[in-house]
Amino acid sequence: MAGARDGEGRHPLFMPLVLVGGLVFGFGLAYSHMARPEVVLNFLQFEDFGLVFVMFGGAAVTGVTFFLAPRLLDRAPLTGDSFERRLKSFDRNVLVGGAIFGAGWGLSGICPGAAYASLGVGNVTILWALAGMFVGAYLQGYWRSRTADADLAATSAD
Amino acid sequence: MTDPVLLQATADLFPNGIARYAVGGLFVGLGAAVIYLGTGISAGASTFLESTLSYVSGRARFQRYVRSRDWRLVFTLGIILGAGVYAVAFQGGAWLTDVQPWRLLVGGVFVGIGTRVGKGCTSGHGVCGVGSASKTSIAGVITFILVAILTAQLVAALGVSP
Repeated sequence: MAGARDGEGRHPLFMPLVLVGGLVFGFGLAYSHMARPEVVLNFLQFEDFGLVFVMFGGAAVTGVTFFLAPRLLDRAPLTGDSFERRLKSFDRNVLVGGAIFGAGWGLSGICPGAAYASLGVGNVTILWALAGMFVGAYLQGYWRSRTADADLAATSAD
Repeated sequence: MTDPVLLQATADLFPNGIARYAVGGLFVGLGAAVIYLGTGISAGASTFLESTLSYVSGRARFQRYVRSRDWRLVFTLGIILGAGVYAVAFQGGAWLTDVQPWRLLVGGVFVGIGTRVGKGCTSGHGVCGVGSASKTSIAGVITFILVAILTAQLVAALGVSP
């Protein structure tokens, strides 16, 4: 965990590369119209299925990259870290959190990356959604910190 | 390919064509791929919410992201700027949504809770996780898409628009 990605002594090109990656990522979100909640809502209401091409188009590129990178390179040049797939452990939280996220996505038509991109295309109204996301992220952090404390104190389960 | 029934079906499913979606999706994947190739990091967008909260809150839940919070800020800045490039080059100025603020605010709160509890969002699970053929991510994506479809259809059926 304490690799060059997080600590001091980072490669001088680390931040520029993250910025360039973000630029391309954000350009893609805007180009695909995912930065527009209306377009996402049209997908969810079965009026325009284009979103499928965005997600699978993106996953196809990352899929090829994740497959080839460890075969072509030993380590990531800017951090020295090895290439690993994005594998997260499965538990009930994945489904509970996914359902809560789905409810929010279905109500607002916006997800985090698309919200940042939406700001970039000039949609200042999206600040409502961004404010909501920070409040939500804070609430769950507050809540789970308390739950962790309660577990440590071995108090009654609730 | 010139079958009129097939053409009509395609036009119904994709009234705006597929080029903008497919090309945009390739760029999204390319952005994630550039970062992964250089650093080994699978970038996701929603961790930024918690890592940025670590600047203002000492809670353990946010402090675990202290070491990555600066580059996550730069990543998000890049997303905003990249979308700005699109706006200047293709959109011809600012665009504003007509979706009602209460939907954005309330929906945003749920998105903030759900993406963090569920270990990822549309970029982390949807683009990087599915690209990794991660079963956890595929389960997460199926869950949030199904619930989002139900929610959006219910809200539309209640007459809320947009």
